[in-house]
Amino acid sequence: MSISRRKFLGWLGAAGMGTALGKKATAATNKHFKGYANSNGVLYDNTRCIGCRKCELACNKVNELPSPQQSFSDMEVMNVPRRTTAKAYTVVNRYDGIPGAKGPQYRKIQCNHCLEPACASVCFVRAFTKTPKGAVVYDPSVCVGCRYCMVACPFNIPAYEYDNAFSPRVMKCTMCYPRIVKGLLPGCVEICPTGALTYGSRRDLLKIARERIRRFPGRYVDHIYGETEMGGTSWLYLSAVAFNKIGMREDLGVTPAPQFTAGALSAVPIVVGLWPVLLGGIYAINKRREKIAQQEKTQAVDSALEKARAEAAGQLSAAKQKAEAEKTVAIEKAVSKALEEEAEKSAAGTADTRAEDAAKKSSEEES
Amino acid sequence: MSDEAATTGKSLLTPFNVIAGIIVIMGLFITVMRFTRGLGAVTNLSDYNPWGIWIGFDLLVGVALAAGGFVTSAAVYIFGMKKYHSAVRPAILTGFLGYAMVVVALNYDVGRPWRLPFPFIVQQGTTSLLFEVAACVALYLTVLFVEFSPAALEWLGLKRARNIIIRLTLLLTIFGVVLSTLHQSSLGALFLIAPSKLHPLWYSPYLPVYFFVSSIIAGLSMVIFESTLSHRYFKDKMDAAHLAEKDEVALGFGKAAALVLAGYFIVKLIGVSQGNGWHLLATSYGAWFLLEMLGFVALPCFLYAVGVREKNLKLIKWTAAWTVLGIIVNRLNVGLIAFNWQLPSAERYFPHWMEIGISVFLVTVGLIAFRFIVTRMPIMYAHKDYDETT
Ligand code: SF4
Ligand code: SF4
Ligand code: SF4
Repeated sequence: MSISRRKFLGWLGAAGMGTALGKKATAATNKHFKGYANSNGVLYDNTRCIGCRKCELACNKVNELPSPQQSFSDMEVMNVPRRTTAKAYTVVNRYDGIPGAKGPQYRKIQCNHCLEPACASVCFVRAFTKTPKGAVVYDPSVCVGCRYCMVACPFNIPAYEYDNAFSPRVMKCTMCYPRIVKGLLPGCVEICPTGALTYGSRRDLLKIARERIRRFPGRYVDHIYGETEMGGTSWLYLSAVAFNKIGMREDLGVTPAPQFTAGALSAVPIVVGLWPVLLGGIYAINKRREKIAQQEKTQAVDSALEKARAEAAGQLSAAKQKAEAEKTVAIEKAVSKALEEEAEKSAAGTADTRAEDAAKKSSEEES
Repeated sequence: MSDEAATTGKSLLTPFNVIAGIIVIMGLFITVMRFTRGLGAVTNLSDYNPWGIWIGFDLLVGVALAAGGFVTSAAVYIFGMKKYHSAVRPAILTGFLGYAMVVVALNYDVGRPWRLPFPFIVQQGTTSLLFEVAACVALYLTVLFVEFSPAALEWLGLKRARNIIIRLTLLLTIFGVVLSTLHQSSLGALFLIAPSKLHPLWYSPYLPVYFFVSSIIAGLSMVIFESTLSHRYFKDKMDAAHLAEKDEVALGFGKAAALVLAGYFIVKLIGVSQGNGWHLLATSYGAWFLLEMLGFVALPCFLYAVGVREKNLKLIKWTAAWTVLGIIVNRLNVGLIAFNWQLPSAERYFPHWMEIGISVFLVTVGLIAFRFIVTRMPIMYAHKDYDETT
């Protein structure tokens, strides 16, 4: 009884473990990126963007990407929304016919250089690094090509060189890291003819953005995209229209990506620590139960054997006695029978002789 | 396969051999394409859809369906259910081949497979659930190999080595359960990072729990399913104990599956209520979700229960097959169908025929290996030289 209760408790504990796995998203034990508060970033102001695609051109040049089929001066390509690819770290999309907007609206897409990047937290070889400068950079020399970073990025930024058989890389904007460490501006920022892009410390950029919204409340929606999205990004956006009208998701929330997996990660040491103890315990209990059952069984068998043996012995002696008795009776019978027979014989014998004698006597008398 | 024919003395041109041969040739052809021309030449993967069926089917489904190994060995060696002993070896073998197939498939899927050891020897990305998955799958494949090896060693007549490994059984089993718990759940946890991409009816902080619990369902059902098929094709390889315990296994595992399915249904419901997803049930994704929940969770739960109550083995076997299908549906839903649900249909993923070709090829190779092994090694019967209960 007590055994089955312990077993039950063991199972209960096991079940509890399972549910603990999903909870406690905040109780992370695994260190994660805290972001660098003083890092640099870029502010993109959509009200100043004229959709000239110069940034695309500059990006292509400074990153030595293959030249595109349609030239950068061809505005036709903007008729359909595009995304970043392995051959274009940045693209500018045009959105027409937005109610309340003065003319077409533009939006430049590139890596947002998240403060706590999803791509970096999911890479199992740590190919991505959030640098103190703010740029999220990628190291192709260790990348295995699992593409989990692409699955994880909430902004759908990283692209892959699917057509490269031997050394495919993940491709994305580097915030022109090689340039900024040399003190140069990012290619796209440098070329922008209207000042739609501003490079600087993220703190300053936020101040600038707020100031613009304060000074021209009618020109901007009152939101700096990237200030809090996914825990904040180094690339910030101002827009004249709602961000979801220019293809930017407003439902991403403010939780930094690594927190989504923190709970599951923190469950690992618990499973590793507790599971063997629990399973070992269940095993031991079962083993013990089995042993007891085995003992009881042997005992039962033994006593049954004993009983059987005793019974058998009893039966045997009884049979023996009976046989003995029967034997004596039989012997006695046989003896008495033999005696009787003997007696009869002798009696008959005397009678015969007597008869003979009588016959002799009579014949002698007759002659 | 030629020595197969030689040992059994049958013609090479059995239907199985012909079809398997064609698939293997096709597989080798695609393999050459994949490794000389790159992923782009053989897959429909894109920047929006970095994971296709090699992850959705080969990895997610493969690992779930290979759970029979840890479920059965835990039942027998830890929970002391000795009456299922004859089911252990087939389950371990299926698990081992399943995981081997998963690892081979990953070599096709990742861009630079020769770097697969990098996460362990170059830089450890311990914040990644994929790191955990990779570590556990690698270790568990090794555990399964060791757990399987006694059959091979008995076949080869290496008694001493075999006896040493048999003594490790409990340790290996506990290790296997720990590793399975971790990576089965972590496969679900992989998707925790992307709440903005996975449909809210499937996304839940409980994803790791769902994956772990459903892997037990998958494992139990696969043991029944696999035993049904084996009984059909390898009956002559089964000894009396195996044949006698077979129905017992189906009843016991069917009962367990009914219970776990019921529990799974409840935790899924809790997930939907917590995510406030009720209103989503009225959408087309909602209908699909309901179909999965009712058709592939509630229905098999009920059918298993009826089958066990009425000792209807036929019903149990069909339910096992249906449940396996349900697991496939679930993993494809999370990995592919409900993933990227917000993208316009033009951007959605559908596998290239060559991706399907490789998946079919790998499953076929697994079947060939399975047949090779069970026709030679003591999997479905106890070797005459060894004590049955070890
Ligand atoms: S936008 Fe995407 S790729 Fe860029 S840092 Fe953030 S998660 Fe990484
Ligand atoms: S594809 Fe490369 S960079 Fe991206 S997660 Fe995998 S290993 Fe890391
Ligand atoms: S910062 Fe550099 S890499 Fe990024 S979009 Fe601009 S030019 Fe391209």
